[in-house]
Amino acid sequence: MQTGILLQLAQSLLAILLAPLLMGWVNQCRAWLQGRSAPPITQPYRTLRKLFHKDAVIAHHTSPLFRFAPYMIFACMALAAGIVPTIANDLPFSPAADVIALVGIFALARVFLALAAMDSGTSFGTLGARREMLISFLAEPALLMVFFTASLISQSTELPVIVETLSHHEFAIYPSLAFAAVAFWMISVAENARIPVDNPTTHLELTMIHEAMILEYSARHLALIEWAVALKLFTYSALGIALFLPWGIAAQGDIGALPLALAAMVLKFAIGGAALSFIEAISAKVRLFRAPEFLGTAFMLAVLGMLTHFLLEV
Amino acid sequence: MTLSYHLQIVNLLAALLLLISFAMLSQRRIAGLITLFAWQGAALTASTALVAWSTDQHHLYYSAAITLVLKVIAMPWYFSRLMKKLDVNRVVEPMINIPTTMLIGIVLVIFSFNLALPISELSGTVTRSTLGIAMACVLLAFLMMITRTKAIPQVIGFLAMENGLFFAATSATYGMPLVVELGVALDVLVGVFVLGIFIFQIRETFDSLDLKHMEKLKEK
Repeated sequence: MQTGILLQLAQSLLAILLAPLLMGWVNQCRAWLQGRSAPPITQPYRTLRKLFHKDAVIAHHTSPLFRFAPYMIFACMALAAGIVPTIANDLPFSPAADVIALVGIFALARVFLALAAMDSGTSFGTLGARREMLISFLAEPALLMVFFTASLISQSTELPVIVETLSHHEFAIYPSLAFAAVAFWMISVAENARIPVDNPTTHLELTMIHEAMILEYSARHLALIEWAVALKLFTYSALGIALFLPWGIAAQGDIGALPLALAAMVLKFAIGGAALSFIEAISAKVRLFRAPEFLGTAFMLAVLGMLTHFLLEV
Repeated sequence: MTLSYHLQIVNLLAALLLLISFAMLSQRRIAGLITLFAWQGAALTASTALVAWSTDQHHLYYSAAITLVLKVIAMPWYFSRLMKKLDVNRVVEPMINIPTTMLIGIVLVIFSFNLALPISELSGTVTRSTLGIAMACVLLAFLMMITRTKAIPQVIGFLAMENGLFFAATSATYGMPLVVELGVALDVLVGVFVLGIFIFQIRETFDSLDLKHMEKLKEK
C-alpha cells in the first residue's frame, strides 16, 4: 500500500513537472516544421518562472471568483493527471474517478475558466467563454462515446481495467478502437485549443477561443492557467496512450517494470508530440462555424466505433 | 475473440473502408474525393488479397490485381486529368449540409448492419461479419450520389458503390466467378469513359457541370 502511495505521488509530480516540457517539445517541433528557429525545449519553464515573479494586476470590478479560478483550474488538471495511468497501473488514486467522472473534472475546470472570463465583463472574455462552451458542448458527448467504445471492450469504465485488458491480455486488433482513436484525436485537438479548431499562438482577438478567455489574467494567475493548459495537453496525451497504446505501462505492484515503463512513456510522449505538431503544421485553422462540423464528425466516428464493435467484435 | 490475425486485419480493413466512405461523404473538394477514392481502392485490394491468401482462393488474386490497376491507378489518374482539363470549380457544395448528411449516414449504417445480420448467419464464409460494412458502403455511396449536384462527384459515388458491392461479394461468397468480375470491371471502365465524354457534353451545353441545369430539358 505504501509503495502504491509513493508511486502515486511520484506519478502525479512527474505529470505536473513534465507537462511544460511536453508543451515545449510540441512548440519546438512545430517551429522546426515551419522552418523557424525553434525556442529551447525549456521555454515554457522560463515563461512560468517569469510570470511567477511578476506582480499580479487585477481589474477593479472582478469578484473573488476571478482570483480563485486559476487555482481551481490547476487543481482539477493536477487531479486528472494523477488519475490517468502514465507509468504504473492501478494506483491508489485511480478508483477516485472512472472515465466518466474524468470528463466531469474537465468540465468543472472549464466552467470555472468560462465564469472567470465573463467575470471581468470585457467583451472579448465573454466572447471567448461563449465560443469555448460551443466547442465543449459538442466535444463532451463525443469524448464520452470514445470512452464507451473503449469500455465496451474491457467491460468497465475504470481506466486501470481498460489498460489492463489491452496491454496484458492476448493481443487482438480492435477495428472499433481505430475509429475511436481518430475521434479522440479530433476531440483532443478541439479541447486543447490547437489548430485546426483554435490557434494557440494567435494575437488576433476576433479569432481567439481559449486565449480570449485569459486575456485579463496576469502574473501568477496567468502562470497557473498556462501550467494547467500544459497539464491538460499532458493528460489528454496520457489518456490517448492509456486507451489506444497502453503497452509498457507497469502492472500493479510490478516495481521492476518501472524503468522500462518510464522509458516507454517518454518515447510515446515524444512521438505523440511530434505527430501533433506535424498535423498542426500541415493543416489550416478552420472557420469557427466549421468547428461544429469538425466535432460532429468526431462524434459520428465515435458512434461508428461502437457500431463496429457490435458487428465485428462480439 | 478467437479469429486469426489475418482475419482481424481483414476486419480492420473493412472498418477502414467504412471510414473512407464517410470521409468521402464529408469531403468538399473534388481533388480530395479522388484521393479518397484511390485509398478506398487500395484498402479493397489489400483486403481482397488477404482473403485470397487466408482461404486459398486463387481467383481472388486476379480480382485484387484488377482492382489495383483500375481503381487505384487508372481511374484516379483519369479523373484528375479530367478535372484539370475541365478546370471545374473545385469546391463541391452538397445539397444537404454535411452534418445532416453524416447523421443520415449513421442511420444508414445502423440500418444496413441490422439488415446484414440475418443474411450473414446464412453465409458460411469466415469473413461474413463484414457483410454489414459492405452494405453500409454501398448505401453511403448511394447517399453521396444523391446529395451531390456536380457530375464528377456523382461518377465517383457510382464507382464507390461498385467498390462496396465488390466487397460484399468477397465477404459473403469469396467473390464472384472470374468471368463475371472481368465483365464488371470492363463495364465500369467503359462506363467511366462514357460518363467522361458525357461530362464534356454537359459542359458544352450548359457551361457548367451542375446537373441541376438538366432539369431544363424536361418537356413542359
